[in-house]
Amino acid sequence: MVIDTQGLSFNFGSQPVVRALSLQVPEGSIYGFLGPNGAGKTTTIKLLLNLLKTDQGSIHIFGKELKSNRIAILSEIGSLIEQPAIYSHLTGKENLLNRALLLQVAETRVDEILELVQLKNAANKKAGKYSLGMKQRLGIGLALLSDPKLLILDEPTNGLDPNGIIEIRELLIRLVSQHNKTVFVSSHLLSEIERMATHVGIIDHGELLFQGSIADLQAISQPQVHIEVENTVDAANFLIKQGFAVNEINDDHITVPYASKTQMAEINALLNRNNYPVFSIHKTQKDLEKLFLDITQKA
Amino acid sequence: MKGFILSFRSEFYKTRKTAAFWSAIILPLAICILLFFGFFSHSDNLAKQSGAALWFQFSGAILGVMGSLLLPMLIVFIAYSVNNIEHKAETWKTLFTLPISKFSVYSAKYLYALFLVIMCLALFLLFTLGFGNLLAVVKPTLKFNEYHMESFLAQIYFKLLLSSLGILSIQFLLSLLFRDFLKPMGIGFAATIMGVILAGTGWQYAYLYPYSHAMLTVKSMHAAKGGSDQAMPQLAVDLFTKDIGVSLVLAIGVFVLGYFIVLRKSVK
Repeated sequence: MVIDTQGLSFNFGSQPVVRALSLQVPEGSIYGFLGPNGAGKTTTIKLLLNLLKTDQGSIHIFGKELKSNRIAILSEIGSLIEQPAIYSHLTGKENLLNRALLLQVAETRVDEILELVQLKNAANKKAGKYSLGMKQRLGIGLALLSDPKLLILDEPTNGLDPNGIIEIRELLIRLVSQHNKTVFVSSHLLSEIERMATHVGIIDHGELLFQGSIADLQAISQPQVHIEVENTVDAANFLIKQGFAVNEINDDHITVPYASKTQMAEINALLNRNNYPVFSIHKTQKDLEKLFLDITQKA
Repeated sequence: MKGFILSFRSEFYKTRKTAAFWSAIILPLAICILLFFGFFSHSDNLAKQSGAALWFQFSGAILGVMGSLLLPMLIVFIAYSVNNIEHKAETWKTLFTLPISKFSVYSAKYLYALFLVIMCLALFLLFTLGFGNLLAVVKPTLKFNEYHMESFLAQIYFKLLLSSLGILSIQFLLSLLFRDFLKPMGIGFAATIMGVILAGTGWQYAYLYPYSHAMLTVKSMHAAKGGSDQAMPQLAVDLFTKDIGVSLVLAIGVFVLGYFIVLRKSVK
């Protein structure tokens, strides 16, 4: 495990923000850390970077205890927390050069990064004059500068346009698949995580509600039978009378929990026989968006 | 040690284009140029005076404002600026996630502020001597070349530096803790005014109050200078007085305290 926390807790005053969090981030994964705003994502990230003092529990990164190996661990991490930390009176390039000086990285690396995050043309412009998306890209560039083994990014696509979001996503996927990095990325948008993450942790009110691979997440979503039928309300009432549960009634379709193939055939036959012509019938997975809402609302 | 040097170099890199850095250079230059032209245009009246009197007037004009208000306010401003650059850019979190010890980051920042103060005082000394000698060249009627007070001025500026260390530590810590402009500047300004009053009225315990130290240093110089301008005054600077002792103890004490606060403080 690249990140391994046990029973991690943190309070702001008397208010618990993170409760008994046990994160397991495997090497070579893109770990999507999902949760609504205010769920405790940024606090968790600050705990992982030793910016906040852990009240309870332990943090191991690269198999080493964080507090006693702080500098060795931090030298392998690149991070972006909340809005990017940028000196607005310096140019984009100077921001990178300053960090390169601190991290003892060669200046040629700065040009590579400018190219990578597509800021080459704006390199000599004051960072204060950058757009939100450019600042975000510079922040990601700063995190990548030392070529770290682990990237911790807090909402990295905030403020980016669709093209920017796709670029960052592809960059992260490339870093993991070709350069053997591990990425821990937080977001409040499931759709974003769904497209790139290999592993997911869902947090709400400081508690971890789910953790596992994307496939695990999909597996716990209950399959449904999606039935396109004329007169959905009557058809639904008919099915309920026949002893079926109906989850959803829409203008053009109804959904019923999936049990088996024969159950699907039975429903099809019943509806057709009783003058509810079926236009289509198929099995679907509950979409993750709904699942995410279900998981976070249950808590 | 490497972390400290890297942090110190980065401090210079970050601030080299800011008002904090340039004010430490421009302030002494501007004040000395102003005085230069003041003496230059009134050279007819000043020609009657002895070299010693000229030097005392020339350097004393600077040291007077320096001790009362300029030096403490400059320190308040420098301490504020080197910390504000991180508050403004929200970069404390990046500084403390660098693979560099917190002590290196903290002490490099403090010593960089100290470096700016030293640079400013050294330039004041250099420009005072430089422009004084320049006056002797361009206006030979002014007898600046008849008297030398380099070593005395060097000592008094060194004592001013020592007297400012206490305030530097206090202001540095205040600026580190408070991100807004008003708290450290307001506290610093009010405390300086009080210091001037306390030292000015000759309160016997003023030496315990750090914001009085610069003023006490300048006052001690007047005492050393003695009475008449014509007689060769006794030029001696008693470097290690009680107030300097208090300043040094406070400087080290508050610096250490600040480090422990940084260690325990959560980075927002």
